[in-house]
Amino acid sequence: MFGYHYRLERKAIGLVLAIIGVASIGGIVEIAPLFTIHQTVEEAPDMRVYTPLELAGRNIYIREGCYACHSQMIRTLRDEVERYGPYSLAVESKYDHPMLWGSKRTGPDLARLGEKYSDEWHVVHLKNPRDVVPESVMPAYAWLARNELRTSDLGAHLRAQRAVGVPYTDAMIANAATDAYGQAAPDSSAAEGVVERYGKATTVRAFDGAPERLTEMDALVAYLQILGRLTDAAHKPVTAAKE
Amino acid sequence: MLGQLTIGERQAALAMLVVLAVVGLAMAAAGHDDPLGGQGAIVIIAALAGIFGLISVYYQPAPAAERLERYYDDPTKAGIVIAMIWAVIGLFVGDWVAWLLVNPDLTFDAAWSSFGRIRPVHTTAVIFGFGGNALIATSLYVLQRTSRARLPDQLSPWFVVYGYNLFCILAVTGYLAGITQSKEYAEPEWYADFWLVVVWLVYFSIYLRTLARRKEPHIYVANWYYMAFILVVAVLHIVNNLAVPVSLGSAKSYSLFSGVQDAMTQWWYGHNAVAFFLTAGFLGMMYYYLPKRAGRPIFSYRMSIISFWGITFFYMWAGSHHLHYTALPHWVQTLGMTFSVMLLVPSWASAANALLTLNGAWHKVRDDATLRFMMVAAVFYGLSTFEGSFMAIRSVNSLSHYTDWTVGHVHAGALGWVAMITFGSIYASVPWLWKREAMYSARLVEAHFWLAVAGTVVYVFAMWNSGIIQGLMWRTYNESGTLAYSFVDSLVAMHPYYIARAVGGLLFLIGALLGCYNIWMTIRTAPRAADEPVSGRPDSVLAGTPALQPGE
Repeated sequence: MFGYHYRLERKAIGLVLAIIGVASIGGIVEIAPLFTIHQTVEEAPDMRVYTPLELAGRNIYIREGCYACHSQMIRTLRDEVERYGPYSLAVESKYDHPMLWGSKRTGPDLARLGEKYSDEWHVVHLKNPRDVVPESVMPAYAWLARNELRTSDLGAHLRAQRAVGVPYTDAMIANAATDAYGQAAPDSSAAEGVVERYGKATTVRAFDGAPERLTEMDALVAYLQILGRLTDAAHKPVTAAKE
Repeated sequence: MLGQLTIGERQAALAMLVVLAVVGLAMAAAGHDDPLGGQGAIVIIAALAGIFGLISVYYQPAPAAERLERYYDDPTKAGIVIAMIWAVIGLFVGDWVAWLLVNPDLTFDAAWSSFGRIRPVHTTAVIFGFGGNALIATSLYVLQRTSRARLPDQLSPWFVVYGYNLFCILAVTGYLAGITQSKEYAEPEWYADFWLVVVWLVYFSIYLRTLARRKEPHIYVANWYYMAFILVVAVLHIVNNLAVPVSLGSAKSYSLFSGVQDAMTQWWYGHNAVAFFLTAGFLGMMYYYLPKRAGRPIFSYRMSIISFWGITFFYMWAGSHHLHYTALPHWVQTLGMTFSVMLLVPSWASAANALLTLNGAWHKVRDDATLRFMMVAAVFYGLSTFEGSFMAIRSVNSLSHYTDWTVGHVHAGALGWVAMITFGSIYASVPWLWKREAMYSARLVEAHFWLAVAGTVVYVFAMWNSGIIQGLMWRTYNESGTLAYSFVDSLVAMHPYYIARAVGGLLFLIGALLGCYNIWMTIRTAPRAADEPVSGRPDSVLAGTPALQPGE
């Protein structure tokens, strides 16, 4: 064995090929089957896609690096299920490009945050977390309510999402900017189209309390309120869920 | 420094920089209403800075042919200085984010200064800025000595140093502007990722072309590790960053994978960024600088073979231990745990090989803080690899995951192993590179050593305590069978440890500042001697290993 190696280390290309070969095996065995074994991701016929406003909110969540302190993955442990809710299923992040499971809980898990608190609570909390949770160490995000949400390129965002496998229709892509506006303006004519395209379960509300303006606060709160609510699969009996 | 470029290389460099400026202009134009525009402006500024640098040497006479008889160390010198600058930036930002968890209102109501945006600035600056530049600089130095061959040309190493730092600058300025993929340690967006691939290919071509010119029949063990670092990081980087940009005028992209597949790919990347960036590369550093500084050959050639292939094979399976009890299928979690535990064998073989090499040189460890940096690095390497295997066990992980224990573990490795071996190697190579007798002040090296050790120990103990308390509070039940503590209760309990951690980080930062001053004074003040010629015979210390002896 050592004699063989003694010859191998005299050949640069041989060493290169050996390194690539030896290093590739683990990834191939562990990752490739995840795409082919169909039990890896559960079936959930009621799974819906993010609306343009929720997707924009998700992009703000990504932009601000919220994943550094908040996980979105409830583990199959008793205390986690009792603290946060039913454990997370793979199907729940099926349309998450990228996933935001996170690795650290400086703040609590957010996988089941949707509709746990009111929109008003979220707005106050995001403007200054210490107004509602005095011990909090979360940064204040007051400027979100001042920033107009950029909607002009939302169609392109949906198109890119479709390219990586999220089933957005042509109508969704064509109306992305209007739908983003409509979802946060319940009394406007644009509101109906959102429900029509994304289903009756869609939440249409003035998330930041000001329907006349579409802000980054609207988008982020809309996203936080949909967390854990894209499908009911996790709330069904265990037999329907895992494997 | 750039005056050593030949006339042809100067022209080629100028042409490339003009192309780069045009690319920057295109980015700025296409992304005029997008954060990409600002990144384009940075590319233009970087290209212009390069052009001015070149013009200042453009009309100098061509370098003499006798330069080819010597090793080419200018890019290494630049890389070491840049690495120290990144160390100070990265450690400063790290300490700043640590204080943000003590006092969250230090953000001045601005977007760029919140924890989520500057935390990746810290990680990128220390891992890629400090660590990456130190690896590139030392690898070019070690490659030439152990091959007894000069680098194949003078332009490509400069391309790598310049291009790599452009990548780092685009990355950290991008985070401040809100550009991130939100994949840990793979935050830079598609255009920066693409650029890094180009730089990396050139870097690897330098390796292959220099090895092709080597006068030493055997490739020395340090180079196996440096090559594994370059090759595997390329594979990881490309696969994990596959993404579809929103448009060519947008900084934003969507990852090709989603959900569970994305999570597995990310942690296959994430854990092996630790393995091949923060371990393999720095083991390469250790296998050269530690025996050279101690004046002793590596203890066992066979142990280095076993640990090299063990690390290269086992590590790639271990990533799934980041996903215990998640929606990742159970069989993948089990594989990850199993291989993580087996990984202890090659890891400890490396650490033992390093420490046993010091047998017969322990009096030097006592007297020489530079060698002591390397010794302590090997000890921390052994400790943190043991801790890593331990934390990868599923039931331990159920407590440690999501807590500060992980943060403590990472810093035991990053401060105790990566930074210590780097500081030791830099203190060893600065006098060699700049032809000085010794560092400007041995006492400052000594002070740096103790600040670094104290800072690391304070940091790691604080995070062990806070992490374990956190994990226990989350799972504690009271007598009525309900959870005893709210999340906020656990947060309040962290406060003293967050202060201690920030103090530990500050000590480490002060040490690095002393190091910068010491290096600066060494470069500036001490007398010069002649450049080092390409050696005619094998290195006497390294050749003490059977690796470089004929027949076995």
